[in-house]
Amino acid sequence: MSAAETTPLHKTPLHALHLELGAKMVPFAGYDMPVQYPSGVMAEHKHTRAQAGLFDVSHMGQVLLVGPGAAAALETLVPVDIVDLGLDKQRYALFTNDAGGILDDLMVCHRDDGLFVVVNAGCRDQDIAHMQTHLAGRCEVRPLPERALLALQGPAAVTALARLNPGVAALTFMTGGFFELDGIPVYLTRSGYTGEDGFEISVHQDQAVALARKLLAQPEVKPIGLGARDSLRLEAGLCLYGHDIDTTTTPVEAALTWAIQKVRRAGGARAGGYPGAAVIDAQLAGGAARKRVGLVGSERMPVREGAAVVTADGTEVGRVCSGTLGPTVNKPVALAYVAAEFAKAGTELFAIVRDKRTPMTVSATPFTPNNYFRG
Amino acid sequence: MSSIKYTPDHEWVEVHGDGTVTVGITVHAQDALGDVVFVDLPEVGKTFAAKDTAGVVESVKAAADVYMPVSGEILEVNETLRADPALANSDPLKAGWFFKVKLAAPAELDALMDATAYDTLVKNG
Repeated sequence: MSAAETTPLHKTPLHALHLELGAKMVPFAGYDMPVQYPSGVMAEHKHTRAQAGLFDVSHMGQVLLVGPGAAAALETLVPVDIVDLGLDKQRYALFTNDAGGILDDLMVCHRDDGLFVVVNAGCRDQDIAHMQTHLAGRCEVRPLPERALLALQGPAAVTALARLNPGVAALTFMTGGFFELDGIPVYLTRSGYTGEDGFEISVHQDQAVALARKLLAQPEVKPIGLGARDSLRLEAGLCLYGHDIDTTTTPVEAALTWAIQKVRRAGGARAGGYPGAAVIDAQLAGGAARKRVGLVGSERMPVREGAAVVTADGTEVGRVCSGTLGPTVNKPVALAYVAAEFAKAGTELFAIVRDKRTPMTVSATPFTPNNYFRG
Repeated sequence: MSSIKYTPDHEWVEVHGDGTVTVGITVHAQDALGDVVFVDLPEVGKTFAAKDTAGVVESVKAAADVYMPVSGEILEVNETLRADPALANSDPLKAGWFFKVKLAAPAELDALMDATAYDTLVKNG
């Protein structure tokens, strides 16, 4: 029994539907969210990789940046090329602070009507304030609280979704568009957080339940909770803000330099101009002292956030930031920060679990192959 | 003829009447845990006091301690469960047993709950 909540939890537009479907609900980022449905985390995880899973991610923040100066303005907050992001293209980005640390990770999509930004639920209010403070006068920052967000992920997602509009099948990974799904207007992108092919669908809150029911009516689709969302993203090697990345980790330490296009790096046409650029450029040139890596365990024992990582002689060289028993890879998998000299794939290390050492090997991620649709 | 007692930590204790008991987790416990992916069982021959942590049961999301319901020596652990942790979900009351204990203080059994008391705990919990 938990202590009485002083602030009641927020509900997404699909809250009643989750209860109807028998979800076990838990608080997450101030919302009452489904952690699993009667199938359970393992079955939901495996179903997503085999067929298609429907996730309610309406707790995340959706914002539109409007005006001709929006792309250049956003570039003052992220080390990412937004100015040359093509129409209906989507990109992963990071809000940084003056120390080069990460304030949040986000998705940015160049839509016809503006830059469509999706931020983490736990950072939503801070991110909106951050944008409003720093982008004032350069573009309009328009939060979209009336929008719900659904994710449909898995190899059968396109088959299921195409029944509602065959046009979605033409989209490739990280592109989006305005569509009608069986008459319901949406903006969707072919992207997600599972490593599988799939879509993220922004829909007005008044039509969210109707759309969810249409998707759940497809034979391939089952509802999936946050428990499986976490194990899926972890197997895909994707970071979870607040655990794998935070204000104390730079994009270089976090092994996210692929997200920093050349044009924004030292020497590029639009180098710097975002918080922490000096720190990040220095690390891009000289390396960082520690690095986020994947770890795979050879014993069955899961290794969790906070576990120390040591060498054979017991020297502590790192710490686990996320970990689980991966239902698809069927092994313990983890993300950890380790001293840079131990970051090479194949390095043999140990994690400490309940005062015992369990062998872990540094591994490239994703731990299970990605299945993005590139066309 | 053995009898079953329960702890507030959602473990069952089968009392064999020969100074030994078998310990496992209840249906309620495995439901709350979700899919069990790993169990860490105590060492055979080791002695624990009541309420010591004897092992751990892990789901995809989290780990939960398994406590000694009574004091005693571990006689046997369920190797079948170690190899197939999902037994804790599919058959928690029989094939999914965790460990067997030689009682150090049989009177400790009197402090455990009977079925009625445990059912009440689950209903009100």
